[in-house]
Amino acid sequence: MGMTVVEKILSRAAGVCCLKAGDVVEPAVDVAMSHENAALVINQFKDIYKDTGIDARVFDPSKIVIIFDHRVPAESSKTATNQKKIREFVAAQGISKFHDIRGDTGGICHQILPENGYVRPGDVVVGTDSHTTSHGALGAFAFGIGATEMASVWALGSALNIEVPATIKVVVSGKFKKYVSPKDLILHLIGKISAEGANFKVIEFHGDAINNMSTSGRLVICNMSVEAGATSGIVPADNETVRYLREEAGVKDDISLVQPDKDAVYDSVIEINASKLVPQIACPHTVDNVKPASELAGKKINQIVIGSCTNGRLDDLEIAAKILRGKKISKDVRMLIFPASARVLAKALKKKIIALMSLMGAVIVNPGCGCCLGVHQGALGDGEIALSTTNRNFKGRMGNPNAEVYLCSPATAAASALTGVITDPTKGGK
Amino acid sequence: MAKVVFKLGNDISTDIIYPGRFMATVLPTETPQYAFADYAEFNARLKKKEVAPGDAIVAGLNFGCGSSREQAASCLKGYDLAVVAKGFARIFLQNAINLGLNTIICPEIEANEGDELEITREDVINKTSGKTFKIQPLPKARQAIIDAGGLIPYTRKRVLEKHGR
Repeated sequence: MGMTVVEKILSRAAGVCCLKAGDVVEPAVDVAMSHENAALVINQFKDIYKDTGIDARVFDPSKIVIIFDHRVPAESSKTATNQKKIREFVAAQGISKFHDIRGDTGGICHQILPENGYVRPGDVVVGTDSHTTSHGALGAFAFGIGATEMASVWALGSALNIEVPATIKVVVSGKFKKYVSPKDLILHLIGKISAEGANFKVIEFHGDAINNMSTSGRLVICNMSVEAGATSGIVPADNETVRYLREEAGVKDDISLVQPDKDAVYDSVIEINASKLVPQIACPHTVDNVKPASELAGKKINQIVIGSCTNGRLDDLEIAAKILRGKKISKDVRMLIFPASARVLAKALKKKIIALMSLMGAVIVNPGCGCCLGVHQGALGDGEIALSTTNRNFKGRMGNPNAEVYLCSPATAAASALTGVITDPTKGGK
Repeated sequence: MAKVVFKLGNDISTDIIYPGRFMATVLPTETPQYAFADYAEFNARLKKKEVAPGDAIVAGLNFGCGSSREQAASCLKGYDLAVVAKGFARIFLQNAINLGLNTIICPEIEANEGDELEITREDVINKTSGKTFKIQPLPKARQAIIDAGGLIPYTRKRVLEKHGR
């Protein structure tokens, strides 16, 4: 009986032959990522060693990555103190993959990991962040865990008692229409299978449209797989993965391309024709409340956000700039741009995208997650509506339970910025 | 006996259980004050200790969806509440088991606020309505952690074994 990609990765990492969905294993972890919540991980980690007489040392400092991105620069003394404690721990444990608040190497964890080549195809990646699913874009099995679970990983080097998840195969054929993007694909899929449609399962992506998709786009679909409840999303590694790792992440060593077997056993198979997709919007307050953008056209909005771990990459900023070029952002909206990393920002500066968007009226904010989860900058007022390229629209998101967040692609966000109302970018020749 | 103190629907996100704007607070001793912070009335009842340890929140499918923030489990554990839901999101369920929060998967549960529940190993018996609902076992992979009383004691045991103690 054949194996899915994740069954193969876990078999390798657990040193057990031929695992299948439902088996319980303890795979070795290749990458263990945390951000500011490392403050809690450290607390729990020290608790594990309490009264044992054993020195609390992490299993392998080279496999731990810590990135400050949720509240940068610190929005409060409390956060600053937590960040200080993490810095001290990082130094004491000899953790070198540490990305502090810096304008050259900083950024959002789900961009820092890929752009630095920290994740390789076939790796087991855990992160104290639900969007750790993103790294499936590089053919890794990547999933979110809580802080105490991470403390255990730091101590033992393995992910404890994992049930091998079943896999849903999603086959995407055809070619995207102009201004329709991977974001529209994943919103469509979530709307189709619901916010719990993939609970405790993996989504494995296949098909022409995936083969032709850049790593940047694959990061979008894997990132938001968790919004359908998936343990992880994964695109089996291919030539594009190798291109990305070599050209954009500077990886020089061997890369193995783990593929599923032809006779792998899937929980179910879903087929989608990309050429039939239109721009999608997830309406408040669940990510599966998805409608075509055209159905919401004309709805007034107060704030537009382009950025985050979902859609803050160079190609996202480029498409927005293309739509904005030579025009002015509506005076009825405020537009905020959060690039995904310092490196993305530097590239966008070089391409003069940042200057263009700024002159059109957008506010450029430093790379970070704060706005999306409502902890730092860009909070909404009572009764206000945001249209955002981020990944969640739950009540209370963007800092106000009396506001609404609609989710969309960068193209839809940019087209709507010009009009001040929700606008389908494929219509009206904007 | 567990009294139903709060009834919720499907897809209750961790942003509802523990809003993102309080995430700078991480310690389990400090998180309970922000449990359901945007549900002012329930939050006030919790803080005024009008809810007894062992009382239950009843919810629909996908309880705890969204963020991996462990505060969403630790804030409820702080009041020793039980969560009886038709289903849980994966990361929340793991966090809850790791911290020893009592989570009960009960796919058919029917209960209203004020109802009295008797929770046995196999069933939830709604004493108010007289109906009995089957419990679905927690993931078998996590049984060793449940048996150890949570993930910290479990890992501590493993660390000691590793060091030959």
